Amino acid sequence: MTIKLSEIEYPSNSLDLAQQIRIHAIKMVAQSNSSHIGSSLSMADILAVLYMDVLRVDPKQPDWPERDRFILSKGHAAAGLYAVLALRGFFPMALLKRFCQEGSLLLGHVSHHVPGVELSTGSLGHGLPVGCGMVLADKREEKSHRVFVVLSDGECDEGSNWEAALFAAHHKLDNLVAIVDANELQGFGRVDEVLKLAPLAEKWRAFRWAVREVDGHDHQALKTLLNQAPFEPDHPSLVLAHTIKGKGVSFMEDQLAWHYKSPNPEQLSQALKQLGEKR
Amino acid sequence: MRNAFCNVLIEMARQDERVWLLTGDLGFSVLEPFAKEFPSRFVNAGVAEQNMTGVATGLSLSGKIVFTYSIANFPTIRCLEQIRNDVCYHKANVKIVAVGGGLCYGTAGFSHHATEDLAIMRALPGMVVAAPSDALEAAQITRLAITTPGPFYMVLGKNNEPTVHANPPMLNLGEPLCLNKNLGEIALVSTGTLVSEVLRAAEMLKSSGIEARVLSMPFIKPIDCEKFLQFLDGCRLVLVVEEHTAFGGLGSAIAEILAEASLDIKFVRIHLPEFINFIGSQKELRKMLGLDAHSIANRAMTLLTKN
Repeated sequence: MTIKLSEIEYPSNSLDLAQQIRIHAIKMVAQSNSSHIGSSLSMADILAVLYMDVLRVDPKQPDWPERDRFILSKGHAAAGLYAVLALRGFFPMALLKRFCQEGSLLLGHVSHHVPGVELSTGSLGHGLPVGCGMVLADKREEKSHRVFVVLSDGECDEGSNWEAALFAAHHKLDNLVAIVDANELQGFGRVDEVLKLAPLAEKWRAFRWAVREVDGHDHQALKTLLNQAPFEPDHPSLVLAHTIKGKGVSFMEDQLAWHYKSPNPEQLSQALKQLGEKR
Repeated sequence: MRNAFCNVLIEMARQDERVWLLTGDLGFSVLEPFAKEFPSRFVNAGVAEQNMTGVATGLSLSGKIVFTYSIANFPTIRCLEQIRNDVCYHKANVKIVAVGGGLCYGTAGFSHHATEDLAIMRALPGMVVAAPSDALEAAQITRLAITTPGPFYMVLGKNNEPTVHANPPMLNLGEPLCLNKNLGEIALVSTGTLVSEVLRAAEMLKSSGIEARVLSMPFIKPIDCEKFLQFLDGCRLVLVVEEHTAFGGLGSAIAEILAEASLDIKFVRIHLPEFINFIGSQKELRKMLGLDAHSIANRAMTLLTKN
């Protein structure tokens, strides 16, 4: 089902939104011959649920002071974020065609010059500390915005995240919700082989976060969980979302190569077919 | 100097609720008055400078004016990428304060020598870089840091530095100061607490019958080039004295200005070597490395005789 706004059909539920994020992200990456499509696909369901059913944001007023804040710390998955922002009406869909093009504002890594983006990212381990600062400002003024930060599991190698983890727990930043998109793959191999993070949930618990694990592709479970946050008073919340890199396109799923590769025309057409794009 | 900074910060925080102070677990016996008066706007972020800088950015993106405070290289190089990507790129209102510029922590060793900070901070987009010469300049620059939007770096001495100014100087962003009104043919140019040595060198030169202009550069970036060049009018030799390595600091900034102005003026630097493998108090190290008043005066005299 879709709602018609002007000439553009905007998805009206998270499942449709996730499908559209995937379709647009793949098209954007293919058209620009850029990388990281696997990373956008693994978090597409998380973004769809956040932007459809969780975040209090207003596409017509991206700077609305009372909004919830969203930070994509894994900034290389920019295609997915730009797609969801366009699909929610933060900027015209036509702009997506400019992704990674010469002179474009839609950089290959997330840029705050794009409406709806709170923080430019791209180097890993930056989002969570900034999220802490945003929550701290609100907390001292007794405001109740929530700040959601999506990290990758490989990103948890960065020490700055653990500095922020200590800080958030110490300062009882319970309006901070970190979501780890745990697709178990990173730059050069499996997370478990590159630098073991396991037991990851226990690590965050040991840092005094309230931790919940979820299937990162189960919309109902994500919606219920994310709307429950904060999970425990006085504790920051950590959602360990188990995901599959490249989710939704069979030949990309759980394949490291799709951190780098861009689909050729044949692969693009096959991917779009699998995603059920209406021609 | 540290206390002057803290006192002005308190004064400004009373007038402006947006002023916050974060420390990387340093500032014992300096920051307590701020912490006591503004407990909700003071945070000891622990020994975690990357996070401190990210938190400062988050606070500033929520409308605050945030000072981060630590010593030597800890609030700068330790968290350099956070400063570049988070603070600078977002033009965040984050004011980085490093205590212990140059060889302030002389006996503490290499880890505590802030001898490349001006170059590194100066290279960052949108960053103001300031190094006050005494407590009066520090107080003024603290006020300017609050009223100037965007990223700001200020490196301070520690304590009890000699006074350079008899009265609070009138400081505008980027403006150099001429500390004496003579029209000698040599200009001694310096920044930070080393300015006091340079002033003493000028007095020594005067007693030998040589007039030297002394320029204090509270700002390494931006620099009001026009004003700087005006101060050099009629000068044939510029001697830059810096407690910093030769790469990218005040000397480099002045060299760029002079080169671009195509002036017929001789340019010489006294600077630190890249490595200092021994320790000493700041005073003794300056002597050993040719940065004390005597060495500066001698160097100036030699240069004037040669040229």
